[in-house]
Amino acid sequence: MRAPDTPLEQPLLELDNLRVNFHTPTGIVRAVRGLSFTLGRERLGIVGESGSGKSMTGRAILDLIPHPGEVLADRMVYRGQDLLTMDRRTRRKLRGRHISMVMQDPKFSLNPVQTVGEQIAEAYRVHHKASSREARERSLAMLEAVQIREPARVYALYPHEVSGGMGQRVMIAMMLIAEPDILIADEPTSALDVTVQLQVLKILDDLVTSRGMGLIFISHDLHLVKSFCDRVIVMYGGKVMETLQASELEQAQHPYTRGLLGCLPDLDHPKAKLATLNRDPAWLA
Amino acid sequence: MSSWTDYLITDSPASRRQARLGQFYRQWLAFRRNPLAVIGLVIVVALLLIAAFAPLIATHNPLTQNLDGRLLPPSAAHWFGTDSLGRDIYSRIVYGARVTLVIVLLVVVTVGPLGLLIGAASGYLGGWVDRVLMRITDVFLAFPRLVLALAFVAALGPGLENAVIAIAFTAWPPYARVARAETLIIRNQDYISAVRLQGASQWRVVLRHVVPMCLPSLIVRTTLDMAGIILTAAGLGFLGLGAQPPIPEWGAMISTGREQIFDQWWVATFPGIAICIVALGFNLLGDGLRDVMDAR
Amino acid sequence: MASLREKWAGRSVRWGRIAGRELSTVAITMFGLLLVTFLIARVIPIDPVLAVVGDNARPDVYEKARLDLGLDKPLWQQFAIYIGKVFSGDLGTSVLTAQLVTEDIKRVFPATLELATLGTLIGVSLGIPLGVLAAVNQGRWPDQIARVIGLFGYSIPVFWLGLMGLLLFYAKLGWVGGPGRIGVAWQDFVTPVTGVLLIDAAMQGEWEAFWDGFSHLILPSAVLGLFSLAYVSRMTRSFMITELQQQYVIAARVKGMSEARVIWHHALRNAVVPLVTVIALSYAHLLEGSVLTETIFAWPGLGRYITNALLNADMNAVLGGTLVIGAVFIGVNLLSDIFARLADPRAR
Repeated sequence: MRAPDTPLEQPLLELDNLRVNFHTPTGIVRAVRGLSFTLGRERLGIVGESGSGKSMTGRAILDLIPHPGEVLADRMVYRGQDLLTMDRRTRRKLRGRHISMVMQDPKFSLNPVQTVGEQIAEAYRVHHKASSREARERSLAMLEAVQIREPARVYALYPHEVSGGMGQRVMIAMMLIAEPDILIADEPTSALDVTVQLQVLKILDDLVTSRGMGLIFISHDLHLVKSFCDRVIVMYGGKVMETLQASELEQAQHPYTRGLLGCLPDLDHPKAKLATLNRDPAWLA
Repeated sequence: MSSWTDYLITDSPASRRQARLGQFYRQWLAFRRNPLAVIGLVIVVALLLIAAFAPLIATHNPLTQNLDGRLLPPSAAHWFGTDSLGRDIYSRIVYGARVTLVIVLLVVVTVGPLGLLIGAASGYLGGWVDRVLMRITDVFLAFPRLVLALAFVAALGPGLENAVIAIAFTAWPPYARVARAETLIIRNQDYISAVRLQGASQWRVVLRHVVPMCLPSLIVRTTLDMAGIILTAAGLGFLGLGAQPPIPEWGAMISTGREQIFDQWWVATFPGIAICIVALGFNLLGDGLRDVMDAR
Repeated sequence: MASLREKWAGRSVRWGRIAGRELSTVAITMFGLLLVTFLIARVIPIDPVLAVVGDNARPDVYEKARLDLGLDKPLWQQFAIYIGKVFSGDLGTSVLTAQLVTEDIKRVFPATLELATLGTLIGVSLGIPLGVLAAVNQGRWPDQIARVIGLFGYSIPVFWLGLMGLLLFYAKLGWVGGPGRIGVAWQDFVTPVTGVLLIDAAMQGEWEAFWDGFSHLILPSAVLGLFSLAYVSRMTRSFMITELQQQYVIAARVKGMSEARVIWHHALRNAVVPLVTVIALSYAHLLEGSVLTETIFAWPGLGRYITNALLNADMNAVLGGTLVIGAVFIGVNLLSDIFARLADPRAR
C-alpha cells in the first residue's frame, strides 16, 4: 500500500475545513461543512447518500460551483500552489491539465453535436500547442488506451452513436488526455449497465495506477469503494462522519457508517429484515 | 383581516370553494411580487376603466368636427392636438379604448372556445379525429396570418365585424395546439379514468373535466396573444380594412395622420403610443400570469 | 467495413422516409392554402364576371364571360380548374395594372425579398448575441435590456414605428433616404437584372446608386429587423438557458475550455438546432410584416402591391399575392426542417 504522504514527495492536494454554501432567498444552504483531507498518489473514496455534499466537494476543488454558491476553506493547496488566492484564469488552466473529472452519465456529459474524437482532441489542444493532426493522433492513442478497438472509427462517431460503456471510456480518454495528476471520478459507473461497470472501473484503475495519479472516487456504493479505494471518507449532511482505511471498513465505529453497511443485503448472510438508516441530528451539530 | 388571510391560506380547507379561493390568493401573492406584471395589470385595468368611463374622461366629443380648428398642435385646450377634421385627438384616443376592447373581446370569445374545443377533442379522442384536426391546424399554422386576414377582409368587405372574423379565422390554431397538449397530459390521469368508470359520456368527460383543466394555460396564452390581436386589428384599421370612419380606431387614426407626419407629427404619434402602452400591458400581464399559473 | 455500408444504407432509407413525410406535409399544406384562397374568392360579394366585362356589358357578353370563367360548373370542378391554372403559372389578370398577376409579382417580389432579407440579417446578427448575453447574465442588466427590447418588439405596431422612424431619421436628422426604393436622380441608372436593386447596382458598378439605394433600404429593414431581433433574442435566450444547464457544458469547463468557448462553441452550437426554425419563422413573418411596412415607405414590393389591390377590390392580385406569400412560407418551413436536421447529428 502506498503511503499518502511520504516525506520525499509533497501531497497532491491539501484541503482544510472546506465549506460550500449556497445563499438562497430562504437562507443559507450548507452543502459542505468542514471537510479536510490530504491526497497523495492514492485512491481516496468519498461515500455518502445523495445530498451529502460529496459531489459539491469535487466541484469546489475544480472551481465549478455555480453562481449563488461560495467556497470557503482554511487551506486549499494543489502541489504547493495556493488555490484560494489563485485567480480564476489560472484555476481554469489547472482544470483538465492538472485536475480533471469524470462525470456520471456519458449520455449527457458529451456534447451531442460534436464527434467524440473532436471532443477529445479539443481537450488536448486547450493545454498543448499542437497541430490538429498531432491532436488527432494523440486522441487515437488515448482511445486505444481506454481499450477501444477501432479508434479511427469511433473517433468519427457522435455521442448518440456510442453505447454507455463506450461513452464512459471516451469520457475517461477525454479527461485524461492532458495527463492530469488528480482525477475526480463522480459516480463514474452508476449510469452504466452492471455488465460494463467492472470493465470501465478496471480501465480507470489501470490508467490511474500506471500514471501514478491521485484519484478521488465519489460514490454512494460502499462495497465498490471498499474494493476499489485505499482510504474512505464517509460524509453525511455535508460533514465528515469518519475517515478510515478501506481494509478496515468492516470495523468502522461510527454509527452512520455501521448503518450504511448494515442496510446492504448480503447473499451469504441473508437477513429477515434489512436495517434502515438511523440519522442522528447530533452528527450535524 | 387576519381571519380572512387565515381562511385563505389554511392547509386544510373545509370546502371546495375555500380551496379554490385559497389557491387564487396564493397565486395573487406570487403575482404581486413581480413588479412588471403588476404594471401590466394596472395598464389593463386602466384600459377597462377608460373604456367604461370614456364620456367622463374625454374632454370633447370624439366625432365633432371643427374645421376652423384643424391640425392644431397640443395645447391646454387640446392636450394631444386636433386632427385634419378638427377633432380632439385625446378624446378620440379615450373613446378608441372602447373599440380596441370590443375587438379584443370579440376575438377572444370566438377563438378561445373554438380552439379549446378542437384541441380538447383532438387530444382526448385521439385516433383519426386527432390526425385530421391536427393536420388542419398545421395547415393553418403554416399560413401567413396577416395576409390571409387581409384577403379575407377584402372578400367580406371592410368593417369592424369582418376584421374580427378575419382575425379569429386565422388565430385559433395555437389555442388548439395548447389545449391538445394539455389534454394529452390530463386524459391519462387516474381521476379521468374514475369519471369514465362511473359511466360518464365522452362529451361529458371532455366538457366537464378536460376543458376546465386546460383553462389556466389557455388564459395565459390568450393574454399573451391579446397584444398580437391588438396589433393585427390596428394594422387592418391602418390599411382602412378595420373599423370604418368616423369610428375612433387607433390604427385608422394613425393612417389619417400619415400624410401630415412631417408637419403635424402629433396626429399619428399619440394613437401609436396608446397602442404600444396597451399591447405592452397585455404582454407584461401575460408574462406574469405565465410565471404564476403555469410554471412549465 | 460491411457495417459502414449497412449504416449508409440505413441512413438513405431513413432519409427517403423523411423526405416522403416532408413532401406529403408540403403537399397537404399547399392544398389547404389553395382551398382557402379558392373559397375566399368564391365568397366575395364582387361578381367576378363583372370584374372582367365591366358594368355595362350586354347579357350575351356577360354569359360568354361566365362560361369562359367556368362559373357554370360545379364547385369542385372549378377548384380543380383553379389548381390547374395556379400550377401552370396563371393567376389571372390584375384589374388594376391590366397585366398578368404572375408578371406583376415577378416584378415586385425582389424588392420585398431584399427588405425581408436585410431585416432578418439585422435581427439575427444582433439577436443571437443579445440572447446569448442575456442567458449568460440571467437576471442582470444585459438580460433586462434583452427583455425590454423583446417587450417593445412585441408591443409596437410596425407601421407606426416606420412612421416615427421616417419622422426622426429622415425628416429631422436627414440620416437616411426617404420613402421609395431609390432617389429620383438615380432612378434610371440601374437596369433591373435580378430585380434586387443593390445587387444590380453593384454588378453594374453604379456605386453612387448603390449607396443611395442603401440609404433608402436601411430604415425599413431596420424597422423590420427590430421585430426579428425581439423574437430571435428571446428564443435564443431561452434555448441557451436550457443548454447552459446541460452536463456537457460542465464537462467542457472541466476540460479547461475558456468560458467564451464553452458558451459560443459548445452551448450555442447546440442551441442552433432549434434556432434554425425560429429564424425561418421570423423570415416568413418579415415577408408578411412587409405588407404594412411597404405602405409606409412607399416601397414598390409585394406588400404594397397586395394592399393597393385590396383597396381597389382587385381580387386576382390579392389572392395571387396571398398564394405567393403562403407558398414562400411553406418553402421556408421546409428548408428550415432540412437545415435543422443537418445541424443535428441525432436527426441526420
